[in-house]
Amino acid sequence: MGLSVQFLWLIPALPLLAAGIGSIAPSRDRTLASGTAIAALALSFLLSCGALLTALANPADHATHNFAWFELGHGAVRLGWLLDPLTALMCIMVTFVGLLIFIFSTGYLRADARFKQFFCFLSLFAAAMLGLLIANSLLLLFICWELVGLASYLLIGFWFHKPAAAAAAKKAFITTRIGDLGLLLGMVWLYDSTGSLLFYDGGNGVLEPSVLAALGGSTAIGLLIFCGAVGKSGQFPLHVWLPDAMEGPTPVSALIHAATMVAAGVFLMARVFPLLTPDALTVIALTGAITALMGALIAVAQNDIKRILAFSTVSQLGYMMLAIGVGSWTTAIFHLLTHACFKALLFLGAGSVIHAAHHEQDIRQLGGLRGPMKTTFATFAIGMMALSGVPFIFSGFWSKEAILHAAHAWDVSQLPLYLGLAAVVLTAFYMTRLMAEVFFGAARSDAAGHAQENPPTMTVPLGLLAVCAVGLGFLGTPYWPWLQHTLDPLAHVEAGGYGLMMVSIVLVALGLGSGWAIYGRKSRVKSSAADPLAVRAPSVFAFLAARMKFDELYAATFGRLNHGLAVFADALDRHLWDGAVRFFSRLGEFAGVVNRETDEGALNGGFDATSEGLRKRAHSYSRAQTGDAHGYLLMVAFGFVVLVFAVLLGGAR
Amino acid sequence: MNLAPLQLCLLFSSALFCIGLIGALSRSNTILVLLGIELMLNAANLNFIAFWRYGANSEPATGVMFVIFAIAVAAAEAAVGLALVITIYRHQKNIRLQDATRLKG
Repeated sequence: MGLSVQFLWLIPALPLLAAGIGSIAPSRDRTLASGTAIAALALSFLLSCGALLTALANPADHATHNFAWFELGHGAVRLGWLLDPLTALMCIMVTFVGLLIFIFSTGYLRADARFKQFFCFLSLFAAAMLGLLIANSLLLLFICWELVGLASYLLIGFWFHKPAAAAAAKKAFITTRIGDLGLLLGMVWLYDSTGSLLFYDGGNGVLEPSVLAALGGSTAIGLLIFCGAVGKSGQFPLHVWLPDAMEGPTPVSALIHAATMVAAGVFLMARVFPLLTPDALTVIALTGAITALMGALIAVAQNDIKRILAFSTVSQLGYMMLAIGVGSWTTAIFHLLTHACFKALLFLGAGSVIHAAHHEQDIRQLGGLRGPMKTTFATFAIGMMALSGVPFIFSGFWSKEAILHAAHAWDVSQLPLYLGLAAVVLTAFYMTRLMAEVFFGAARSDAAGHAQENPPTMTVPLGLLAVCAVGLGFLGTPYWPWLQHTLDPLAHVEAGGYGLMMVSIVLVALGLGSGWAIYGRKSRVKSSAADPLAVRAPSVFAFLAARMKFDELYAATFGRLNHGLAVFADALDRHLWDGAVRFFSRLGEFAGVVNRETDEGALNGGFDATSEGLRKRAHSYSRAQTGDAHGYLLMVAFGFVVLVFAVLLGGAR
Repeated sequence: MNLAPLQLCLLFSSALFCIGLIGALSRSNTILVLLGIELMLNAANLNFIAFWRYGANSEPATGVMFVIFAIAVAAAEAAVGLALVITIYRHQKNIRLQDATRLKG
């Protein structure tokens, strides 16, 4: 059963509906919130599978369904859905990984009072992410992009009563906004140049040859769009928010900050790949390579289990950008899909460990969990080997090999290849360190000592993800590059290069071996013992542990600049504008006083005096009214007599 | 002393007016004051009749008409006056005109 492109909107609409139901459901009804969220995402998964069937029928075809959103000026703003293998595969990945993480969350957040809100936010995130994937318009993509950022903000700050979580949420939101500004500018520029934001529009879309030829290649537009991806995908130099985002609940880290949302930047670059000029690609490749190496270096010296994984994510996203930069976006998507599975697996494994060890995240405090948590250990080990790139079986090996081969074939520079190879060693090294510290040796705290295996709601998703972490790699081996050819039938896959493969295998072995030699053979005894590397190279280790001082650097430069500007603006406001406003208010007050004095003294005084005189006169007249009727009558008679005399004496007539 | 009938009538009516005035001024009973005023009014009515009867043109019954109107108005006025007297009695339990001074300025 295929799903035609007209009904593609159902995929994001279902989780959105679940989010709506979740938002109005009573807080106490936990099963309603989680049940609707899981059911909606499961349905979306089935629909995504249907969409993939449709897309596979004709992989080279970009099926679209465009419609006018609203009229503006002498044109209409148009949006649309797009169905091709890239969309369909990404939708399947997001819904599948998301579904497992939703199920895991029902166990992980069992005791949380805001369980319902959590599922509401998760559904909102899933809806926004799926909307982003099916968008056929850069505008619609941008809208969903921002919604994804909002959901990420809400979920990082889910435990907002912790100041660190609130600060991390703000940091993530603001840092990604910096990149989004670039994306917005690029989008406006693109619209100005081409008059359209639709990707594919029967020959008039911005990604179609005629429009591209008319545009003539614009490096600036590509780089501005890349800015958005830098922010969202945690690339150097905007990677600082991603490790802090680990303050959120662990399923959030797995879903948003490892598997899906951070991949949105890679997806965006893969989507707009035809727009990118060779110059822009060079920048992207170097940024990716630097990020890959830097993330791996910092990960070596971290002690928080989730932060190690976060920096590993930064590093892996760097690989994906590197792949896009060297021109092989299909490889980037291949690595994105495999990485989504094994990184979600690793994060959920970490979540399982954290949940079992009563929210102890410091690897120095853990240890010896191999015994009590067998399922978690086994699945985590599979994830770890996939991430390290252990040869032939695990998916990470094939996708990473594909990237390294693509980098090798890049004719501009071999520098990204060397940086990538260095990161391979480091990746294997820090993952071995993590495994050795957490699962081997003896428990170094009470929390770790009392750890128990978690219920099936948490271990079953781990198992399923472990299967994918192994199996997904075989979709894109150099011998049967089904995935690459499905995504782009014209893709050229580097098939040869056994030499490079051997080098990379040796490097992985080197990383694993040295990691085991340093951390595994003689495991840590006390949690307060110094790290073996810190003993040998204290200053380097401290520099890496402080995350290469990026936060301090930003605080000292941008932070201080911003603070200075804020102080200046404050002074401007307080003294200049406020002064002017105060002056005018004083002026008004003065005019009021003058008015009042004139009114009361001159005008009112005259009226007052006149009416006072009238009142006195009237008072004296009123004395005549004695109230004595006889008196009145007497006066009448007297008057009559006077009148008679006047008539008689005056001689009337 | 030889007086015309008109002068006699006028003298009579003047006497009647003075009697009414003196009565109205000298009595403290409000009803008697009203009676005095009624006498004064009738003196005026007498003058109307006299001037009509002995005047130049006595054919149209103008004097009689005036008097009939004056009597009708006086009757209505007497009714209002007596109603006022009753109201005053209710307020001050007597009808002394000297006591009804509440409207003085």
